[in-house]
Amino acid sequence: MSTAPAIDAVDLSRRYGMRWALARISLRLDQGQSLLLTGHNGSGKTTLLRVLAGAVPASTGRASIFGLDLAKQRFEVRQRVGLLTHANALYEDLSAQENLLVPARLLGVPQPSARAAALLAKVGLEGRAKDSVRQFSAGMRKRLSIARLLLKNPALALFDEPFGELDPGGIEQMESVIRELQQAGTTVVLATHLIEQGQSLCSRRLHLSGGRAAQA
Amino acid sequence: MGTETGNARKFFEELFQGRENLEKVLKLLRQLLKALRIALPVIGFPMLAFGGWLALAWVPAERDMGAPSRIMYAHVPAVWMMFLCCVLNFGASIWYLAGKPSLKVDAMAEAGAEVCLVFGVIGVLLGSIWARPTWGVYWNWDPRLTSVTVMLVTYAAMMAARRFEEDPDRRARVSAVLGILAAASAVLVWFSVKWFNSLHQVQSSPKTTYPELVVTLRWNSFAFLFIAAWFVWERYELALKARAGEVAPPEPPPAPAEGGVA
Amino acid sequence: MSPSHARPGFWLSALLVLQKDLLIEWRSRARLNALVFFALSTLLLFSFALGADTRILGRSAGGYLWLAIMFASVLALGESFRVENENGALDGLRLLPVDPRAIFVGKATGNAALLMVVAVVLVPVTLAVYDVRPLEGLPRLGGVLALGCLGISAPGTMYAAITSRSRAKDVLLPLLLFPILIPALIACSKAATLVLHGDAMQELRSWTGLLLGFNAAYWSLGILLFPSIIED
Repeated sequence: MSTAPAIDAVDLSRRYGMRWALARISLRLDQGQSLLLTGHNGSGKTTLLRVLAGAVPASTGRASIFGLDLAKQRFEVRQRVGLLTHANALYEDLSAQENLLVPARLLGVPQPSARAAALLAKVGLEGRAKDSVRQFSAGMRKRLSIARLLLKNPALALFDEPFGELDPGGIEQMESVIRELQQAGTTVVLATHLIEQGQSLCSRRLHLSGGRAAQA
Repeated sequence: MGTETGNARKFFEELFQGRENLEKVLKLLRQLLKALRIALPVIGFPMLAFGGWLALAWVPAERDMGAPSRIMYAHVPAVWMMFLCCVLNFGASIWYLAGKPSLKVDAMAEAGAEVCLVFGVIGVLLGSIWARPTWGVYWNWDPRLTSVTVMLVTYAAMMAARRFEEDPDRRARVSAVLGILAAASAVLVWFSVKWFNSLHQVQSSPKTTYPELVVTLRWNSFAFLFIAAWFVWERYELALKARAGEVAPPEPPPAPAEGGVA
Repeated sequence: MSPSHARPGFWLSALLVLQKDLLIEWRSRARLNALVFFALSTLLLFSFALGADTRILGRSAGGYLWLAIMFASVLALGESFRVENENGALDGLRLLPVDPRAIFVGKATGNAALLMVVAVVLVPVTLAVYDVRPLEGLPRLGGVLALGCLGISAPGTMYAAITSRSRAKDVLLPLLLFPILIPALIACSKAATLVLHGDAMQELRSWTGLLLGFNAAYWSLGILLFPSIIED
């Protein structure tokens, strides 16, 4: 695992019925690098991120994540990859703290309560730890889902439109979280419409159009 | 996937000593299959007509049950075909989940389920018609009648569920799961309804058999078998055509020119 | 940044999922209350539909108790997965990763527990409204209730997972589930009737045997098939 590229994808494709959401994407990203993923809505960014996270299998093509085969070793891939999407994976009836404790325990994180509290503080939600998520605004939910991502300490972090629903303060905070991850050596793939922020954070760029790699 | 069929081809090429021979054999097989597909109804329907004459005119009336018992010669084969198609659906469902998920297998499962429903409904209706003069009622909670009806409802529900799933791949997978559960259910329903009725006297099949009965039943069973096989085949081809309209071919078109990977 | 080495095993994961479900059910007690009231009113409706002849009511009490539980189960099961799908939480669990089979065992056990709560509330009402006593004893009745709730929950959790992402989920779930539950309904009703009215011929054993077989079949099928259900 030590020198394997974070992502090594060849001809990755995914179809939904008649439509090829992804068509022959080839991509190589070394550990520690950051990739900006751009493209219009429906161009395949979300599908690509979900395939790389091991959430959906590719229809054809192959990929390896840190040397692990995406098709055959999905469980191990999922252990190392964190995905932040629009769906925040939260339980409305549980509190912020509980929404972190549940995945923490399922991950086997040592001292789950302490870690959950620390992460809540990091994203600025420590005052609302006991409040039910149902009362949270969209921005607060986003921050909570960032905390959930960080719980896992992923070696590869995938962000699908992380700046959506955030106010300028929230955007700044998200940027600093990403920078921290990068400094710690995490490989990052960032899909966003905010090209400026994206380019300031990432060294490489992949533009998608109609599921294919294209010129920006 | 390309290499798998490639390996198979190489193996058969060696077996038949050369590419041209392999092509000839494949062509012959295809022609045989086409002929079989036409032969099934061409043989089956006349057989059924003759079998109808056998059942209605030739075979002597059953001693205990009288004239209505002639329905048995259609009812029994119908139910047998239903069970056969049920097994087909079960097998295809397992194959889809355990082996490579192929839409052909899903098409076969769909064909099996529908034809199972068709013959099952025919069987239940005929059985009901037979029951009226024999037992005086159309329905009497007879274990077999009840469990088959429950099974048909289960399969009809499964077909309904298929309608509400647009993505063909997900629909195939869900149908396979439903098919396995439906088969398990059929077994459990059979046992439970049998015990449910354990206290009631149940009329069952004729006690004595004689050669004419056996011949007529066997003839009609084969007629039903050919017709059922033809139905399944035609339904399978229809399902494949429908899939082709819903699903892109297995490989995406090649990339036009090099894109923008930074 | 290597993954944690203290990852919980299968049974602990299932237990954690169960714990999470029970916590959510406790938090949304109002929904649980509504569910119980729905089951109670169903029970009352049956008694009104049958008329005031207490003997007929008494004889059918076992059956109607289970019908009420079955109707309530459709609501409970649907709710169990609505909670998972509204924010993609089930997806989130799957990607942690958690073994889908452990998710099944946890959720199905949680649903069974919820149905048990409904059943326990219904029992005294049934005894009162239908004017019956458990002649074979409350523990036996409790055993039948437990086996029945577990039996509804195993296939129910599977079908709820399947239909929860469909357009017609409210119709599809009962349509798919009820025919499957018929053996369990037969066995539970017979067993409950025997417990309420006396088991002179020792038939209870065969019905509980059928229930055990039903449970064995569907819990194993659930563990086998759940990954195919929730993985894309």
